[in-house]
Formats: sequence, structure tokens, C-alpha cells
Amino acid sequence: MNNTLQLVWLIPFLPLVGFLINGLGRKQLSKALAGLIGSGVILASFLISVFVFFQVKSGNTKVVTFFKFINTDSLHINFAFQIDQLSSLFLLIITGVGFLIHVYSTSYMHDEEPKDFAKYFAYLNLFVFSMLLLVMGANYIIMFIGWEGVGLCSYLLIGFWFTNNDYTDAAKKAFIMNRIGDLGFLLAVFWLLTKIGTVNYADVFSAVNIAKLTPADITGITLLLFVGATGKSAQIPLYTWLPDAMAGPTPVSALIHAATMVTAGIYMITRSNILFTMAPFTQSVITIIGLATAVLAATIALKQNDIKKVLAYSTVSQLGYMFVGLGVGAYTGAVFHVMTHAFFKALLFLGAGSVIHAMGGEQDMRNMGGLKKYMNITHITFLLGCLAIAGMPPFAGFFSKDEILGAAFAKNPIYWIVGVLTAFMTAFYMFRLYAMTFLGKFRGTYDQEHHLHESPAAITFPLITLAILAVVGGWINIPGVFMNGGDKLEQFLSPIFAGSYAIVAKRELAPTTDYTLMAVSVLGALGALIFAINKFSKYEKTTVEETGFGKVLENKWYVDELYDAIIVKPLKKLSTFLNNVVEKSGIDGFVNGVGKSVNYGSRQIRLLQSGQVGNYVLLMVIGILILFIIQLFF
Amino acid sequence: MNPANIWITFPELLIWFPLLAGMITLFIKNDKSVKAWSLIATIITLIISIGSICYSADKYFYINNVSYYWLQYLGASFSVGLDGMGRILTLLTAVSFPIIFTATYKNEYKNSNLYYALMLLTQAGLMGVFVATDALVFYFFWELALIPVYFLCSRWGGEKRIQATFKFFIYTFLGSLLMLIGIICVYQHTASTDYCKHSFGVQAFYAAHLSHTQQSCLFWLFFIAFAIKMPVFPFHTWQPDAYEQSPTSTTMVLSGIMVKMGLFGVLRWLIPVFPLASIKFGSIVMFLSVAGMIYASCIAMVQDDLKRLAAYSSIAHIGLMCAAIFSMTQIGIEGVMIQMFNHGINIIALWIVIDLLEKQTGVRKISQLGGVAHKAPVLTILLVVIAFANIALPLTNAFVGEFMMFSGVFKFSAWYAAVAGLSIILAAVYTLNMIQKVFYGQVNTLTSTIKEISWNEKLILSVVVILIIALGVFPQPMFDITKDTVAAIVTRFK
Repeated sequence: MNNTLQLVWLIPFLPLVGFLINGLGRKQLSKALAGLIGSGVILASFLISVFVFFQVKSGNTKVVTFFKFINTDSLHINFAFQIDQLSSLFLLIITGVGFLIHVYSTSYMHDEEPKDFAKYFAYLNLFVFSMLLLVMGANYIIMFIGWEGVGLCSYLLIGFWFTNNDYTDAAKKAFIMNRIGDLGFLLAVFWLLTKIGTVNYADVFSAVNIAKLTPADITGITLLLFVGATGKSAQIPLYTWLPDAMAGPTPVSALIHAATMVTAGIYMITRSNILFTMAPFTQSVITIIGLATAVLAATIALKQNDIKKVLAYSTVSQLGYMFVGLGVGAYTGAVFHVMTHAFFKALLFLGAGSVIHAMGGEQDMRNMGGLKKYMNITHITFLLGCLAIAGMPPFAGFFSKDEILGAAFAKNPIYWIVGVLTAFMTAFYMFRLYAMTFLGKFRGTYDQEHHLHESPAAITFPLITLAILAVVGGWINIPGVFMNGGDKLEQFLSPIFAGSYAIVAKRELAPTTDYTLMAVSVLGALGALIFAINKFSKYEKTTVEETGFGKVLENKWYVDELYDAIIVKPLKKLSTFLNNVVEKSGIDGFVNGVGKSVNYGSRQIRLLQSGQVGNYVLLMVIGILILFIIQLFF
Repeated sequence: MNPANIWITFPELLIWFPLLAGMITLFIKNDKSVKAWSLIATIITLIISIGSICYSADKYFYINNVSYYWLQYLGASFSVGLDGMGRILTLLTAVSFPIIFTATYKNEYKNSNLYYALMLLTQAGLMGVFVATDALVFYFFWELALIPVYFLCSRWGGEKRIQATFKFFIYTFLGSLLMLIGIICVYQHTASTDYCKHSFGVQAFYAAHLSHTQQSCLFWLFFIAFAIKMPVFPFHTWQPDAYEQSPTSTTMVLSGIMVKMGLFGVLRWLIPVFPLASIKFGSIVMFLSVAGMIYASCIAMVQDDLKRLAAYSSIAHIGLMCAAIFSMTQIGIEGVMIQMFNHGINIIALWIVIDLLEKQTGVRKISQLGGVAHKAPVLTILLVVIAFANIALPLTNAFVGEFMMFSGVFKFSAWYAAVAGLSIILAAVYTLNMIQKVFYGQVNTLTSTIKEISWNEKLILSVVVILIIALGVFPQPMFDITKDTVAAIVTRFK
């Protein structure tokens, strides 16, 4: 009990307290107080997380058990937290970026009524609480509690402005598509329970228990877990909810739909890395799905005009990268990219929010342009974010992307080619966005132009902080080829992946190959971004509609329409058929029919009792005759 | 405590007190006093029930220990007892009635003394079912619980009440008769007692010498009775009609507690008596249950009437419980034990919300409502928690039970679990759809007059919501209560 890590319960508990205060006191609290409480609890959690991180760094890891959640003859599940290198890193990202976004929200959401303002912070705190449970849990059940909890908060926050039917549609879609993935997750957990009877990480990943699993079991379990990941982390085929989720307030998009929740799938696979390393088939599936998602989403992003939609598809694409990293066994690379992506994508979303705020709610980039001279801080920080995501050295995205691409090359050069082409597209659409928004001349209305202004400090402070992180965040894992004593993150996380690396050794590229690959990807991306700036800095509004392939991309490959046609509509038809035909006419008709035929039969038999003695005598005689005949012959 | 010094025990109290309270109600003329007295009586019953939980360690109250001479020359005795399953279900019965009476406190009934007397009589009947340890006593209470409900529906129900209650009555009565035949057949194979050649006692039933073929035939006589009561697909069509047409408080009793009679019957009188047949026919029942889950979930998606939506949703949930029982796994049955309680609480809460909406707007059609959240934010928040409990979100009470039941089904067959699992997606579809259409969106002319709920409704729904969260975070006490029953059932078929 002397272990200082015993305190970790405070990390999720504080946001929970914030949720309760803001939720129950939403009518009493002033906006200032609600914002202060909402952000304050996250700051406190962040400070404790920093402390925990240094404890872990000095080698103090621990599973902290609080109480027995389920304890029966057949199932033992503790409410326990696992504090180790992986979870402590995620704690820092969640509470750190989370805190900045809470601060940002105090300004961004200022036009709301006080009680809605408090409600917003309550939901946001509840989200952080759930997300922390997800990464801190010491078994799959606690992870699943957080897993569905973040889904709930995502639902509540996407539908925050619940009067608008489109928004609540988007919220509903997000929850349901996540649930499809959740079913996969659950089935994997049932499979584990059936085979080895436990879901604690420490037990599941022990050699004794893994030996109980056949290769088919491991492949099945990992595939199902990956299905769960495709839901939460928006991969093919379950990615379509994420772009729609942009209906929520922009800080929510930054926190939930870019920096944290959508990386839950990557966390889960990283946590279970030993199982995945033992299932090469699943790894190939993950790599291919990840690559396909990365390319597909990048192509869609090329043609979107809504500033948030571009960022949303970019998120889907970057998540695809992370899965490629997981698929080729570059677990550190995937986690590294989660971290750098959290910095620069949160920055980009918050920057976009700042722009939308200044534009009075306008999200269409065709009506923007030339914002550079009105909002200096937003402009500079946004540019840094774009450079980071485009993979320009020495910004954060360069290092993490390089790590994944390098590992992909080592596995199969084709993976690398697809990945690097996606990187070029990324550079292109990000600088298209940048140029259309900040360069050229203003294309909005006169009113909008007058209203343009730099955002207040509560917005610029998170932007500046995140911009710094987007620049230097990659330096913690500078590759060994650049610097002696690099790969710091790799070393820090190595205990988590020890089991995997024992099975499949990490492949190292020759330094010359490594340099060549980097040069190709950097030069290509540079070319793409210069091309984009040239093309779009003088963008003029046109009324010409997209045709041909461009139209297909603008309409997102018609995937939503496809799902509607092959799943939603047939299901509705089937249900209507079951309701109207099978239920009403079939089963109930049969039941009622039995009743009616009994009624009918009774009415017919009743006719026999006519009350006329002659009839009765006749029937008696017939009866006697029948009995007589039976006696005679049998 | 010396057994000889105790003149009345918890199981007896649980039957006789509501019965007595109901009799007294008949003689009260004033409507207000009727309601007040009924509420007080059910609260006293709840206290008795909580007392029975606290004494759970006392072996004296264990099964079959309270027994009076009654028709002894037939081999029947008035024996009652409380084991873990009995405790949790009598607790459910005891908790539900005060909730129901408080939530519908403002509903007006003609001849309210008769209405409340019948409700209390139903409570007594239900208690009797859950404590009976003699097959004849069980059958007696099984019918006793049914008859008052028939009168409640047919006198105080909706427009098509006569048709609906007639169907309900005939349907369940048919099942009861089959069960009675079954009981008599099993009885003839029991060992002799001091007074008689055979016995109706539960232990005698468990020890009955039944061949494999006999078990196979008798299994269906019992199963159909229980399947109608639960109901299991395709015996379910009485239910949506009955729920729709009954007065709301009766619907709450029907869906919250009465359907548990079917599950209880399977666990006490079917599987332990016919373990071989239960294993043999397990896959058929499993098929029906899983098919019913998907079927009912699909139908729930296209319902426009809130009551019918809740009815089909409940059929899907009960289907899972039935599947989990017939998975014949310990983990599945453990899950069923706690889910029987939790489902009761959740569905009653859902009815309360539907009743509140109907009282204020006069409609139950989803398509006619909208924007309620603007007018009644507290109601909306409480409903959202209840709705998410209905779809088994973690940290609500339904999650742990559903998780364990699905694990049980998975152990039986991974494919069944995968198909049954689709229902958790479909449940999200129809539940979120309902929330969106009724509570979100714009206010319309019907909903613009809605007012925030009153203090008694707020109080009772808050109590339910606190229960939902508390039992979701700390489910362990429920496992501790029902541990003995699960162990006893599992030894019967292992």
C-alpha cells in the first residue's frame, strides 16, 4: 500500500467529480465557474499523470486493484488499473491535450446559455473519465467500460445541439456504427473467456494461457478485436460515421474525433500486441485495411470544401497509417504517430475552430481566403500544423510517419509505395486547405469581413502550446540513424513489446535505404504542397460543378449511399415485412385462427342440440348401431 | 434462533401481508386513503423483503423448511421457502410495487379500492409463486397471480381490452393446464411419503424416477407453459396487445415481474426436474430464443407506438435470458439471476416514462412527438439513462448480466452468440431512434404543452436511476445472494 501509484484512482476520479458538479449544478453555476471546474479537474489529473509518468519512467509499474467487480464461481473480474509505460503515455496525451481543449472551449462555447455551457463541460469531463478508464483498465472489461463510455459521450456531444435533426442523425450513426464494432470486441472477449477463462491482461498474455490457444483461436480473436478497432478508430468499412461526427462543436472534434477517442483502437491493439504478433494473417488484414483506408480517405479529402470535413477525412487517413504501423509490427511507430497526431491534429482542428469562430460559423472554404492578415496567431500555428502533418522535417509528423513507412518498406515495398503516395496526397490537400483559407483574397460577405478578428487568449494559448508540441513533439524519438542515443520512446515502451519482439525481431533498415526513403517522401510531399499553394492561393469561386471522377470524390465514393442501399433499406424492408406479414398475418393470424375455428366448430356442434326429441332419438339409434357393429366385427 | 419459537417466517409474511393488505383495501371507501394505504402496505412488504435478504445467511429459511399440513393425503403440503433466486425475485416484486404506486399516484381509477385490492392480490400471488416449494402450491399461486391481472386489464384497460385480455387469458391458461397435466404426471413418479404414495414437494420432484422418454414428453408440457409466460418466440403474440391495452400500472407488473415467472419456472421446475431433456432440447429452445431476439428487435425498429416498442424490446431481452438458461452454463445462469432483477427495474422505469408522456400529450405515437427535451430536460436526462440501461451500456445495471449471458451463449455456440449479438446493435438502433424522435428535434403543437415532471415522478425516477447506476457499478451483492441457487441448479445438470 505504500506504493505511490495507489493514488492513480484520482486521475479518472477528478473528471468524474467535475462531471457530477457541472451536471447536477448546471442551473446554479455561472459560466466562469463551470469552465473553471471543468478545466481545473483535468489540469489536476494532468499533473498527477505527469507524476505517474516519472514514476513509471523510473521503473515503478503496478496493477492497482480497487474492488471486486464480478466475483462468481465462473468469472472473476477486478476493478483494477494497470499503470505501465503504455498507459502512462496515453494518460499524458489524454489529460494534456484534454486540458488545452477544455481551456479552448471556455471561449469557444461562450455563446451558449449558462446551463448548456455547464452541460457541455459535464459531457466533456465524462468523456475524459471514460477515456481514462479505457487506457487504465487492467483487463478487457474495464477497457470495454471506457470503450462504450467514450462512445456514449461522443454520441451526446455530436448531438449537443439536439434541435437540429441532421446533428442527431450524425450522433445516432456514430453510436450505432461503433456498436457494430463493439460486438466484434465483445465476441473476442467471450472467445477469450471460453478458452482461458480470464480477461486480465497479465493472465491473458502469460505464456501458459497463450499456449491454450490454437493458431485459429488467436487469428479469430485478433480479427474480432480488429473489428472493434475499425468501429472506434473509423477504418473501412465502419469509417463513415467520423466525417458526419463533425456536426459536434469543433473542440469536441479536436478532442474526441482526432486526438483521443479514435485512437482507442490503436491503443487496444498495442495493448494486445503479443496476440497480434502471433497472428500474421490478422496483421496482413490490418495492414491492407489500414492502407486502403488511408488512400480512400485521402482521395476524398482532396475534393471536400468544408474545412472540418477535410480535417475529418485527414484523420481517417492518418488513423489508417497507424494501423499500417500496427500491421507491420511497428508498434512504437503507431503509438508515436498517435502522439504526434494528437498534437498536430488537435492544433489543426482548434485552428479551424478559431477560423470558424471568426467567420461567424462559416465552414465552407470557398467563402474564406486571405485570413492571414486578420488572424496572425491562428495563421502561424495552423501553418506549423500543416507542415507537421505533411511530414516536413523536423516537424513531429515527419518522424512518426517515417517510422511507420520505414517499417512498411521492410515488410513489403508495395506497402511503402502506397503509403508514400498517400503522404503526397496529404501534403496536397492540407496545403489546399491552408491556401484556400489563409492565402489569396477574402471571398466571404461584407459582414463577415468586418467581423474578422483574432481569437482571444483562451483560444490562442492552446494553439500556441500545441504548435510548439507539433514542432518539437517528434524529437523524443529521433531515429538512431540521426543521433546517437535516439529512439527514446522506443526504449521507454520496450517492456510492452518485449513479448512481440521475442517472436518477430524488429527489422532494421540499412542507413542508406533509410535516407533514400526519407528523401523521396520529403521531396514528394514538398512538391505536392508547393503545387497546392500555387494552385489554390488564387482560388476563385466558380459555379462549375465537378464532373467525372472529381464528382465521385466529392460525393465520397458514394459509400453512404451504398450502405443505405445494401444494409439500411433492406433491413427496414425486412422489418416491415416481419411486422406486417409474419407477425400480424402469420403468427398472430394463426393464433387468432385457432380461436376462431374453435368458435366456429362449437357453433356447428351446437346445432346438434336442436331441442327436438325426434333428432335425439335418431342420433341414439345411430349410436347404438355403431356400437353394435363394432362389437360384432372386432 | 430456535425454529420452534418462530410463529411466522419471511416467505409466509411475504404472501400473507399483501393479501391481507388487499383485503383491507376493499373496505376503504375514500380514494385518497386507498392510494395512501396501498403505498404504505407495499413499503411494509418491501421492508419485510429487505429483512429476508439480511437474514440470508440463516439456513432456517432455506428451501422446504416451512411446511404445514395441507391435503396431506394427496402428498401435498403448504411448503414455502426462500433460496437465493426466491430472495431476489421477491425483492424485485417488493421493490416494484412501491415504485409503480408512486409513479402512478396521480392516475385516477373508477372503483379505486377494487383496483388496488386486485393489484395487491397480484403481488401476493407473485410472492407465492417465488416462494412455493411444493408443486401444487406453486400451481395454485401461478393461477392466483393470473386471475387478478385478467380483471385489471378487462375492467380498466384500453379500447380493445376485451379482445386483448381474452387472448392473454386463454393463451396463458392453456399453458397452465398443460403444466398441470405435467405436474400430475411427474407426481405419479415420485417416491412415497408417510401419508401418501407420492409427493408434490420440490425435492421429491427433483428425485422423481423419470426415464429419458418420459422426461422428453413432460419437458414440453412444462416448457410451453413457461414459454408462453416469458414469452418465447413464437408464443409471444399475446404480449404486445396485452401491454398496449392494459392500464399502465398493470403493464408494469406484467412486464416487470410476471414474465419472470416463466424464467423462474424454467429454473426451478423445468431444468432441475428434467435435466436430461433440457440438455437434449436445449438447442431447439436456443434456436427459438435467438431467432426471437432478432425477430423482436427487427419488429421493434418499425413500431410507432411507444408501448409496442417497449413490448418487443422486452421480448428480445427475455429471449436472451431464455437462451442463457438453456446454454446450460454456469456463467449464463449467473447472468440470468441478476438480469431478472435488473430487467424488471429497467422496463418498469421505461413504462413510467411512456405513461408520463401519454398523460401529458394523450398520444404514444413516436411520429407525433418531438422536442420533449426542450420542455422537460430533467425527464429527458432520466430517460436517457434508462434507455441506455435498456441497451446495456457498461456501468448501468444491465451490462454485467447481459455480458455473462452472452458469454454463456458463446460457450454453447459461438455462432448463436454472434447472431444473438446482432440484437445489441438493433437495440441501439430502435432505442436511439426513439430518443431522437421523441425527445430531440423541434417542439410541435402536441409537445409544446408538456411540463416538467412533478416531484413524485422526479423522485421515483431518480431512485430508479440511482439503482441502475449503483447496481451497474457494484453488482456483486446480487451474485452473493443468488450463489446458492446457481450452484444447486448447476449440480442438477452436470
